Amino acid sequence: MENKLQAVSTNNLNKGYGAQKSASRVEALKNISLEIGFGEMFGITGPDGAGKTTLFRILTSLLIPDSGEANVLGMDVVKDFRKLREKIGYMPGKFSLYGDLTVDENLSFFASIFKSNIKDNYYLIEDIFKDIAPFGNRKARDLSGGMKQKLALSCALVHKPDILFLDEPTTGVDPVSRREFWQMLDRLKKQGITIIVSTSYMDEALLCDRIALFKEGTILSCDTPNGMISSFENTLLAVHGENMPVLLKMLRKIPFVKSAYSFGAQHHITIENNSNSFNNDKTHKIMVQSLIEIITEELQKMDAPVFHINEIIPMIEDCYLELSSSK
Amino acid sequence: MNSKELENIIVVKELVKKFGSFTAVNNISFEVKKGEIFGFLGANGAGKTTAMKMLCGLLKPTSGKGTVAGYDIATAPEMVKRNIGYMSQRFSLYDDLKVWENFRLFGGIYGMSSKEIEMVTVKMLKELGFEKERNTMVKSLPAGWKQKLAFSVAIMHNPAIVFLDEPTGGVAPEARRQFWELIYSASQVGITVFVTTHYMDEAEYCNRVSIMKDGEIEAIDTPQNLKIQYNSSSMEEVFYELAKNRN
Repeated sequence: MENKLQAVSTNNLNKGYGAQKSASRVEALKNISLEIGFGEMFGITGPDGAGKTTLFRILTSLLIPDSGEANVLGMDVVKDFRKLREKIGYMPGKFSLYGDLTVDENLSFFASIFKSNIKDNYYLIEDIFKDIAPFGNRKARDLSGGMKQKLALSCALVHKPDILFLDEPTTGVDPVSRREFWQMLDRLKKQGITIIVSTSYMDEALLCDRIALFKEGTILSCDTPNGMISSFENTLLAVHGENMPVLLKMLRKIPFVKSAYSFGAQHHITIENNSNSFNNDKTHKIMVQSLIEIITEELQKMDAPVFHINEIIPMIEDCYLELSSSK
Repeated sequence: MNSKELENIIVVKELVKKFGSFTAVNNISFEVKKGEIFGFLGANGAGKTTAMKMLCGLLKPTSGKGTVAGYDIATAPEMVKRNIGYMSQRFSLYDDLKVWENFRLFGGIYGMSSKEIEMVTVKMLKELGFEKERNTMVKSLPAGWKQKLAFSVAIMHNPAIVFLDEPTGGVAPEARRQFWELIYSASQVGITVFVTTHYMDEAEYCNRVSIMKDGEIEAIDTPQNLKIQYNSSSMEEVFYELAKNRN
């Protein structure tokens, strides 16, 4: 036995698709070792093809790894898969309920295959299900996107799982419904359910206890949101002006600008810090001021339209872009 | 068409769509100008997709009037279809065809000549940096690449306007930004872009946005003006304020 039981623990997990050594072989997960504590809200993010869904499918016992081990709730995902499946809730990225069954029929169906009773666990899904309950007789395929998502979550919870796997639950969901969805997740977490959720929305990553950033089958970083933000090493400036697309192109032409990305109404640019160059706030301020002056000069040389530059504190999305472009 | 800046490319007046007793689009009126990037926002189920389908000539309005690229959406839907590009989140390219075959197929549907198709294919693959993928089966491309490719295919016939239905849903931060740079370059060559999104930072990239709620357009203006009007620092807040106001 290891020192402490974790909700999820993987050791050098590998999974590839396609014949060995063939040109089309893809290594979806490479030596993934990960530990997630009981009751944790754990976020997974990363570009397409990073291996997020493969990891979900292995942890939910739907896919067998090529090598390495994975334990969920102390059970081996390969050997103990039957026992494990009774304890987990899984909401796949693709809508996977029965479109030809009604809302009520879907819920009853999932309750019955888990031999559980809707009444007993209703308190767990009440918040979510009450919005779709009036449409109990409607076929699942005729629900709107937001309602489908609530039904899928209800079905994943109806057997009162100890751990919940949510694969991009809020893709295609509007900002208001997303906020409601995360409030529901927070209530589930308070009931003691461990939640593992993947997302492409960086504001959601901020709501997790810890986040893992995946890329090409490996973990680039795994940290608390604050930990990730404080490990951002470069200077970050925000630029906004009259013609934003033109401004972005100009910023990218300045040699010492490491990266320039659009962030809504602003562009964020990073400038690499020389190690130890600013060891206190005062020298840092002077440094930033002169950077702003140099960039202003460069932009003016290019006849940039009216613009404004100031220093900002990084957001999770800045960290993501920094990490994912550095390797 | 000449290069008059203020020409309207979409004109919608009192457009209504009912499904039985349910009113999905309730009397909306608005205009989109040529070359604009127009963000069509709203909550799930607000009626965006229904409105967009009518504008694309795919769904007949119950009442009201709309013209797209000069053609009436009710009486000349086929002419509308010929003058637009469309990219949906769900269906875009044929997975079982090679990259060039997708260009060939869609170019043929758009009525382009073989010579034209070949020219455009070469040009677009070069712009995307996908020259090496010409003979790759679409299904083996990463999702982010597919999306960019789907966008290129949607504008390969140089339409007056392109409709994008949640083109960046579920797309990671880096790829989303690359996609928007494609939108900008399309807009710069004069293609009007009509786009829906749930990412509020992307709403800021639009020249103007409208926000739909329960079948109606609740607000329409530049992102800057909407932020002032709703006393908000971001489009995200504007969206919440609007959602709060009624209900």
